[in-house]
Amino acid sequence: MSLLEVRKLSKRFGGLLAISDLDMTVEEGEIRGIIGPNGAGKTTLFNVISGTHKPTSGDVFLNGDKLTGLRPSRIAGKGGVRTFQRSAMFSDFTVLENVSIARHLHARESLFGAIVGTARGMEKANEGRALEILEFIGLTAFKDELAPNLSHGHQRALGVAMALATEPHILMLDEPVAGMNPAETERMTDIIRKLRDEWNITILLVEHDMKTVMGLCESITVLNFGKKLAEGVPAEIVSNPEVIEAYLGSEDILGDDDFAA
Amino acid sequence: MSAPEEVANTGLASATALRRFAPLLLLAAVLAVLCVLGFELRPYHRELAIVFFINVIMVTSYRLITTTGDWSFAHVVLMGAGSYGAALIAKHAGLPFGVVVPMAGITAAIVGAAFIIPLLRTAGFGFFIASFAMGELVRLIWVKVQFPFGGTRGIINIPSPEIVGLRLSPPVPFYFTCFIVMLAAVFIMWRLDRSRIGNAWKSIHSDDLLAECVGIDVARYRSLAFITGAFFAGIAGALLAYRMGSIDPRNFDLTTMIYLIIWVVVGGTTTFWGPIVGLVVVTIAFEWSRPLLEWRPLMFGGVLIFFLIFLPGGLESLFPKVGNALRTPPGQQFQRLRTWFTTFASRT
Ligand SMILES: Nc1ncnc2c1ncn2[C@@H]1O[C@H](COP(=O)(O)OP(=O)(O)O)[C@@H](O)[C@H]1O
Ligand SMILES: [Mg+2]
Repeated sequence: MSLLEVRKLSKRFGGLLAISDLDMTVEEGEIRGIIGPNGAGKTTLFNVISGTHKPTSGDVFLNGDKLTGLRPSRIAGKGGVRTFQRSAMFSDFTVLENVSIARHLHARESLFGAIVGTARGMEKANEGRALEILEFIGLTAFKDELAPNLSHGHQRALGVAMALATEPHILMLDEPVAGMNPAETERMTDIIRKLRDEWNITILLVEHDMKTVMGLCESITVLNFGKKLAEGVPAEIVSNPEVIEAYLGSEDILGDDDFAA
Repeated sequence: MSAPEEVANTGLASATALRRFAPLLLLAAVLAVLCVLGFELRPYHRELAIVFFINVIMVTSYRLITTTGDWSFAHVVLMGAGSYGAALIAKHAGLPFGVVVPMAGITAAIVGAAFIIPLLRTAGFGFFIASFAMGELVRLIWVKVQFPFGGTRGIINIPSPEIVGLRLSPPVPFYFTCFIVMLAAVFIMWRLDRSRIGNAWKSIHSDDLLAECVGIDVARYRSLAFITGAFFAGIAGALLAYRMGSIDPRNFDLTTMIYLIIWVVVGGTTTFWGPIVGLVVVTIAFEWSRPLLEWRPLMFGGVLIFFLIFLPGGLESLFPKVGNALRTPPGQQFQRLRTWFTTFASRT
């Protein structure tokens, strides 16, 4: 059984079919790239898999469990977690608090427990894990900083740290290196690879930066106008004429600048 | 360690200790004063204090709901649900004060649960308006239904409060009863505010989509906040019913709700203590302005507009500024005042 299975999935916004009859499977332990021009439906696909949007038709299965119609919090509880294309964070809290709050699924507290304070031990363990995640992501030095005070690159990294705090099986990263400088991009690429190799997390990666995608993914799904245009190993994708056509006739899909938009 | 260093260190240690314990000392002092006042106040002022205690529960529970970003216009009606619940239970079941008050809280919590289920579909201004409509609907039921609510005349002859044969109704015991109930309610809400649950509420206010995606069931936590707030509003309502001995629908009309909003806006809702500070300040202003009774709506409208425009964070947003000012040498303060004045002048 595949870890993630998307069956005949469609999502309509008024007259626009953002995803159209999409079939896709992702195996445990993959790093799957999802590419396509702007407006192809990549973010919408994440929105539907994570439960942020309900699909118009079709289903999503994780480990054989049907996710369709569940709220994002339930899907996160089953191990499917996404990051956002924008920098998303809880602005009134510090970096460490952001990650601690994101450990909600592993730190259930009853009303009574909250009042009498029975959860001290659990909170210590939680904070320990949150610090571990920050160390791994490289944000330890900023743990007491208010989240909005972080640089753009660090805010993106915080988004990944918060997703990790939920202890996901499958992590959907929506343009994780967008707006990062080359050094930060390299760091994030390393982190993503380690997440799969050492943390055993399956990765779905939406990214415009072709170097990152080609460097990380064993297989790539190309979307165009909500439809699957191609799927295969990077070498196949790069030489697929339809894919090249979709990218506005660009000769060489590795020519980074065409994907910067 | 050399002697001067040691002196400096102990100086530093006592300074940090002072900073750590200053809020506790302040709290202890306030509590001690309130205990003494319970015996010393003149009857009129004691009555004011009792109403103040009830209102502290109201602003604190209202603020609890706002931490999720939901601004309700039904909170006073939920208080009314507690008052009606208390009045009917005390009158018809003859139960003692100690049982009636929590049952009134539960009554309001149940009404709150009925409110929040449809309200979850709304947010922001929609929530505000929809909660107003639902509150008015309940008030209409109180006005129109004779049995058991008594229509416009409400419920009279509510039994006086008693606990294990002890009469709580005389002014001094009732003052301390309300004082203790208020302390317990505020303490519980304060604990909740600092807990993981409190943080989940605030994270929803900050970014509800992100909160949901990291596993926080937003609908569940918004409901939890609303129902908890309703419970404490119901407790406040029970105290009110016992104090007045009779209640009617007008006790829970829009005017009271608008006062609640004024207290909270004047104080600010970011900190736990902001709304209480707002309540204290507005209550005092209210008393001073007694001679100008007919101008009061205008004044309070003005106050509300002033705060919304010039101090949207409420009085609490001044706390850090006051703290900074106390720590800055006077010369620098003058400098800062001048910069502020020039920027202000250049803006207008
Ligand atoms: N909430 C929405 N309401 C209406 N249209 C939307 C919404 N979200 C996305 N779309 C539309 O769906 C299409 C796919 O968008 P998106 O998934 O964001 O593309 P991508 O992430 O691949 O750039 C676009 O045409 C976009 O305008
Ligand atoms: Mg996108």
